[in-house]
Amino acid sequence: MKREIATRILILAFCLSVIVIPLALRNRTLTLHARMPENGGWTPLAIQAVAGEPLHLRLTSDDVVHSFAVGQLDMDPVDIMPGKITEVTLLFDQPGTYTFYCTRWCGINHWRMRGTIEVSGTGSQPTPAAVPLYVVLGLDIDSPHPAPETPSRIPSPVRGEQLAETLFLADFSTQEYYRTHSPYQLYADLESTGLDAASRWDVVSYLWDSQVTPQGIMDGERLYAQNCAACHGEKGAGDGVFADQLAASGEVAAKTMHGVMTAQRPTDFTNAENILGASPALLQGKLVRGGMGTGMPMWGVIFTDEQSWNLIAYLYSFQFPYLFQGVNQ
Amino acid sequence: MTRIDLTRYPVIKFFLKNRWPQLLVFAALLAGFLFAIFAGFFGTPVGNHNYSIVFVWIAWWAILILAAVPFFGRGWCAVCPIPLPGEWLQRGAILEPTSSTNGLTLGRRWPNPLRNIWMQNISFTLVALFSSVILTMPVVTAVVLAAMLFMAIGLSMVFERRAFCRYLCPVGGFIGLYSQTSPIELRVKTTQACVNCKDKPCYRGSEDGYGCPWQVFPGGLQKNSFCGLCLECLRTCPVDNIAVNLRPFSVDLAIPSKRLDEAYKAFIMLGAAMIYAGVLLGPWGVLKDAAYGIGSYAWFAYAGIFLTAIFILLPALYALAVKAGMFLEKRSIALKPAFATMSAVLIPLGLMFWVAFSLAFVFTNATYILAVLSDPLGWGWDLVGTASIAWQPLLTGILAPSQTLALVGGMLWSARTAQKIAGEMGINPLPVIGYCLLATLVMLGLLL
Repeated sequence: MKREIATRILILAFCLSVIVIPLALRNRTLTLHARMPENGGWTPLAIQAVAGEPLHLRLTSDDVVHSFAVGQLDMDPVDIMPGKITEVTLLFDQPGTYTFYCTRWCGINHWRMRGTIEVSGTGSQPTPAAVPLYVVLGLDIDSPHPAPETPSRIPSPVRGEQLAETLFLADFSTQEYYRTHSPYQLYADLESTGLDAASRWDVVSYLWDSQVTPQGIMDGERLYAQNCAACHGEKGAGDGVFADQLAASGEVAAKTMHGVMTAQRPTDFTNAENILGASPALLQGKLVRGGMGTGMPMWGVIFTDEQSWNLIAYLYSFQFPYLFQGVNQ
Repeated sequence: MTRIDLTRYPVIKFFLKNRWPQLLVFAALLAGFLFAIFAGFFGTPVGNHNYSIVFVWIAWWAILILAAVPFFGRGWCAVCPIPLPGEWLQRGAILEPTSSTNGLTLGRRWPNPLRNIWMQNISFTLVALFSSVILTMPVVTAVVLAAMLFMAIGLSMVFERRAFCRYLCPVGGFIGLYSQTSPIELRVKTTQACVNCKDKPCYRGSEDGYGCPWQVFPGGLQKNSFCGLCLECLRTCPVDNIAVNLRPFSVDLAIPSKRLDEAYKAFIMLGAAMIYAGVLLGPWGVLKDAAYGIGSYAWFAYAGIFLTAIFILLPALYALAVKAGMFLEKRSIALKPAFATMSAVLIPLGLMFWVAFSLAFVFTNATYILAVLSDPLGWGWDLVGTASIAWQPLLTGILAPSQTLALVGGMLWSARTAQKIAGEMGINPLPVIGYCLLATLVMLGLLL
C-alpha cells in the first residue's frame, strides 16, 4: 500500500510540475501581443509608463510578422516575429500620450494597429502641440484641389535654376510661401515673368527643390516606404499592394467603420492634377488629420512636425525630380 | 512461420512483466500530454512555436507513423497516457492490483450495438474534417486533447475496462488496423493451456494484474487489431503461456477480417491520406482556404467532397474492382463479405501512403522541434540554447526518393497481399491491383 501511495504522489507531482514550474518561471514583464487588426490588434491597447523611468516591454506576434514603433519618439522600429519574444526598453522624457503602431504591412487594416502609452510624471508638463498650418490658414482640405494646368514635360530643376538666375524670385523663395502655396499657384504667379509654360514649371521645380535638404528627402522617402507605400504604391501611383483590396472591400469596410467609411482608391501622386494643385499646408492637413471617410489614417500622432514636412516634400518628388542623389524619378 | 518469443530473454521479460518501467513511461507521457493541453491554452497561439502543435502533430506523429505503428503495431497504445487517469479512478489504484471495490465506476458493459469500430471511424473522420484547424491552432489542439482525456475518464467511470480506447479513440482505430502489418504480436504459446485454465485471470484479473483492459481473451487472439499490448496478461497468466513474438511483417493479413466497419476504416485512412496530401501539401490555395474556412460554403463543399470520396467513391470503385475480379474467374460469391475481406489489401497501401505523406511534413517541419524544445510556450525562454534555430527543411534531397520508395513499396506489398487473399477466395486479383496502382499514381502525383 505504501508503494501505491508513493506512486500516486509521484505521478501527481510529476503532472503538476509541468504546469506549476512554467508558471513560476514566467517572466512578469509586460508582454505586448501583436495580432492583425482583424484578429484583435494590440493587446493590451493601453500601457502605463512614467517619464524618466525605463519601460521594459516584451513584444510577441500571435500571427504574422509585425513591427513596433512609437510615434513622435526617436526610435527605430522593432520587428516582432510570430511566436518569439523581442524585448525593448523605452524611455520617455516628457509626460503625455504616445501612440505605438505597427510598421509592417501586416494586412489591409494594418494602419489600424495602434495603441497608446500614457506617460505620467510630475516634472515637466506635456508640451502643447502646435496648431497645424492648415488650421491656421483655414484650409478646406476635403475640397477638390485639381491643378488647372499641368506640365507638358517633366520639369527640370536644372533648367529652372538657370532661368532663375535671370529672375527676381525672392518673394517666392521663402519657406512661408512654399508651405502655403501649391506648385500650380507658383506657376500662376510666375506668369508675369513672361516665360513660357514649360519654363515656368522648370522654375517651380527649382524653387521646390531649394526648400528641401537631401537628408530631409531621404527621411521622407523612408517614411513613405514604411507607412504610405502599402496603399499609395512604391512609385506613388496609388497602386499599393492593398489598393485593390481597399477598393474591393469598401462595403465591408463601411460596415466595420459603422457606415462612415466609403470605398476609395488611394491618391495617385503621379497624377499631376492631384499633386500640383495641393500646397504643402494642405497635404499636411490630410496627413496629420487623415482623410475622413476615405480610409486614409491620421498620422498626426505618429509623425513629428519635421517628419511631416519631409514626407510631404518627398510626395512632390513624384512630379519634380529633385537634384539630390538617391531620389529617383 | 518463424516467430521469436521475446519473453524467452530474461532481461526483456523482466522489463515487460515488471510494472514500473511501463508506469514510468506512462507518467512521463501523461505529464507531456497535460503540458500539451496547458501549452495549447496558455502558450503562444502561433502553432509552429507552440509545444502542443510541434510535439503532438510533428514529433509524436512522426514517431507514430514512421516507427511505432510499422514496427511495434499497438506499441503506442501500450504507453498512451490518455487512459491512465480514468483507469486510476476505475480501479481505485494505479500500481498494484487490488481486490477492493473502491474504484469509481458503474462498471457497465459496453452496449452490444456499439461493439465495433464505427464510432472510431466517425471520430477519426471528424478529426480529419477539422484537421486543418486542429493541426495549426494550439488552442484547438488543446481542446481536442482535453476532450479525449475527459471522455476517457468519463467512459471509465461508466463502463468497464478501456471503453474509450477500444471503441472511441480516433487514433486507436487506425493503429489497430495497421498493427496487423507489424512484426510484433502478443499471442498465447499454446491454446490448450488457456482451455485448461479455469479462472482465466488474463481476462478477469488477479492479484498479479488486471483483467484485459481491451476486453480481449488472449487465448482467442489471432490478430493484433484489438490487443493493446498493455501486457497485463503477461503478468497474470498463471502458467506463463503469453508470448510477445517477433514475426514477419503483415502476418495478420493472411486472415483478413470480414467486418464492414474494419473495411471502411481502410477506406477512410486511404482517402484521408490522399486528401491531406492535396490539401496540406499541395499548391492549391482554394483547397486550403476551403479546409480552413469552417462553417463557410466552401468548407461545406470540401466536407461534402471529403465524405463522398471516403464513404462512397473509393468503396464503390473498390467494390466494382472486387466484382470484376469475381467476374473474371466466373465466381459467384456474395459481394459484401468479399468486399470486406478484400479490403485488407488496402492496409499496406494505406500505411505506406501515410508514411509517404508524413515524411514530407516531418522533414519540412522537424527544425521546429529544436526551437520549441527551448521555448515550448513561446514565452521567450531558451532552455537548451536552441530557441533561435531558424526553420529549414531537412533532407530535401532524399525526400522524393523516400516517398517514391514508400509508395511503390506499398503498392507491391498490397499487390502481393491481393494475390494471396484473392487466391484463397478464388477471384482474380488484377482489378484490385489495378485499383491500388491507380491510387498510388494519384498519390505520387499529389506528393511529387
